[in-house]
Amino acid sequence: MDDFTVKRILHIDLNEYSYHVEEREMEFGGVALATKLLSENIKGDADPLSEDNVIVFAVGPFTPAYPFASKTVALFKSPLTGNLGESHAGGRSATAIANAGYDAIVIKGKSTKPVYLVIENEKVHFRDARVIWGIEDSLITGRIIAEKEKGRGIRTIMRIGGAGERLVRYAGVMTETYRHFGRTGLGAVFGSKLLKALVVIGRGTKTPKDAKAYREVYKKIFDLATTSDAMKKYYLIGTPVNISPLNEFKALPTRNLEAAYFEKADEISGEKFAEFNLGRRIACNHCPTACIHIAALRIPYEDEPYFRKTIMISYDYELIYALGSMLGIADREALLKLIYRVELYGLDAMSTGVCLAWATEALKRGLISEKESLIKLEFGDAENYIKAIDNLYLQPNEFYQNLAKGVEVAASIYGGREFALAFGGNEMPGYHTGAGGYIGYLIGLRHSHLDNAGYSLDQKLKEDLEPEKLVDKLVEEESWRQILSSLVVCFFARGVYTPEVVVEAFKPLGIEISEDELKEEGKRIYMEKLKLKKKLGFDFSQLRIPERIFEVETFKGKIDREYIEKALNYYKEKYYGAA
Amino acid sequence: MAKILTIKDIEKCVGCGLCMYACARRLPKRPYIGYDHSGILAISLSGFERGATIIVCRACSEPPCSQVCPTDALVPRKGGGVVYREKYCIGCDNCIEACTISAIFKRADGKVALCVHCGYCADFCPHDVLEYKEV
Repeated sequence: MDDFTVKRILHIDLNEYSYHVEEREMEFGGVALATKLLSENIKGDADPLSEDNVIVFAVGPFTPAYPFASKTVALFKSPLTGNLGESHAGGRSATAIANAGYDAIVIKGKSTKPVYLVIENEKVHFRDARVIWGIEDSLITGRIIAEKEKGRGIRTIMRIGGAGERLVRYAGVMTETYRHFGRTGLGAVFGSKLLKALVVIGRGTKTPKDAKAYREVYKKIFDLATTSDAMKKYYLIGTPVNISPLNEFKALPTRNLEAAYFEKADEISGEKFAEFNLGRRIACNHCPTACIHIAALRIPYEDEPYFRKTIMISYDYELIYALGSMLGIADREALLKLIYRVELYGLDAMSTGVCLAWATEALKRGLISEKESLIKLEFGDAENYIKAIDNLYLQPNEFYQNLAKGVEVAASIYGGREFALAFGGNEMPGYHTGAGGYIGYLIGLRHSHLDNAGYSLDQKLKEDLEPEKLVDKLVEEESWRQILSSLVVCFFARGVYTPEVVVEAFKPLGIEISEDELKEEGKRIYMEKLKLKKKLGFDFSQLRIPERIFEVETFKGKIDREYIEKALNYYKEKYYGAA
Repeated sequence: MAKILTIKDIEKCVGCGLCMYACARRLPKRPYIGYDHSGILAISLSGFERGATIIVCRACSEPPCSQVCPTDALVPRKGGGVVYREKYCIGCDNCIEACTISAIFKRADGKVALCVHCGYCADFCPHDVLEYKEV
């Protein structure tokens, strides 16, 4: 049998085009391993866009032993927030890394010319990328590399588009076309290192300690996933199923959160997309659910009758919020075109939507003129937003250069911070549910929303908790999610991977751990990560709450400022201070 | 009646690769984790949104792989395809060359991985792409 506590770490140095493998003992992978590796390899004051920044990719002990353990965790210093950057992506990224024989990949330094990397089991190839540097379309870049490299069906191709090359601080890294290390600017970090892509190929193998138990636990997880209701939300309409209820709930940020109710939300609901646009569904590797909903958009040629092209565009709740309701767009096809544009350049959809929504309001209020925006930005006008997205990539003037640094930077220059909807320097996700959600964004260790249960507590709890209790609950849930992301289990499968199932799944791999130990470990990882975040420059006293959130009613009425302050003070003393 | 694995509806394939993992896991006493022992491969047509191809033995009645095997490690199977007698395999790769549809894969230990029509993967195909049926 293989020892699942031995971690193999591939270190790659772009300064010297060299690499070596390190082994160390550890039970968990993912976030736990990446936190340790980043902490050991980066200086706290590293400039995120310099050779001093370090990228860590990590997978977990269940990859690829069990379904759903298919997320790769990326940790790095974020050029957007200036402190810990974190992003998770699926596709084939995690399973390819594990199959190539690694638990983590650490990339440091900076190449002098554009390169892309090919990791093929024991070998790392440094490939000349000068010819493909400058291709702004991440989809085309993917196709070129797919044609040139081997490993069809068993590889991952992570790459950046033009936004990453041009250092847009919220550029992402795309993998297998439809999955993204979207948030906090990993694409710009790739770009700054002149790293166009990372290909990982592997056909590795491991053997469990207990053959019989392994097959049984596997079957149990598979059955839970395919026959219970645990995954239902994701396999039917997908995440956009939330558009209608959140809108009814007055929680769907609309037109830069001038409102939390979009009168045309029905047009962009998950149900409408499923009925009129859904063209196919696909899955991340080793996931039976196939939550990736892809729309087929038929576009007529501009000047030729009876010619059409069909493009396939993946859509999710967050994209529909950020590029739909937030920009006042109710036309599904126009919205899909915006999503496609964002995908092409390799931008983060949420940050892009929030930045453009702020710019629209700033223009309306006269803080900027068309001299800055170059385009008459108007809520609902998709044509102009497409041009604005082009400008975020092209950065033809100082205004777009600043907007490419995030809404926080732009608003600090042009004004309108009270309606610049970023928290901790990161643009907000699509939930105006109440105090819990916002407290979650502010204290969340991970990017913005997926790490915290705030918005769901807002909806579930009949009565308001004491602020202190709410914070404890948020931290408790988030500590558990550190375990899930140290196993790199998709958060959508958190209903399948209960503590009991996690303990059971560890056993056939030769690792004995109790539920209590798991929970303790979660708390420990949480604190380690908070320490790293502080080391990289996170300063609690610098957190800012945009005034706008207090002006717009939630379903429970207006948000209580005092409540949030109490919660934050409590968090600062009990958790932040202790790290 | 002998049974073989067939592709029922390739357009339903979501590219999850569960068949590949199931294949590696198929032996009750020696389940493997990962792709290396998998005799089935799902690939995309430049992205799964454009569709998929599943590369797997199609159960030939005159299997070219068995005809070129020097040690009789691959012998024709009733119902089509071959029985893989692994201990006789010397890793010469003749079969890999001979398979018209490239459905035999090289393992890290030098031997090969290929579909032996046990049907285990079909039980784990969540979207009815694969079918294990009588011939």
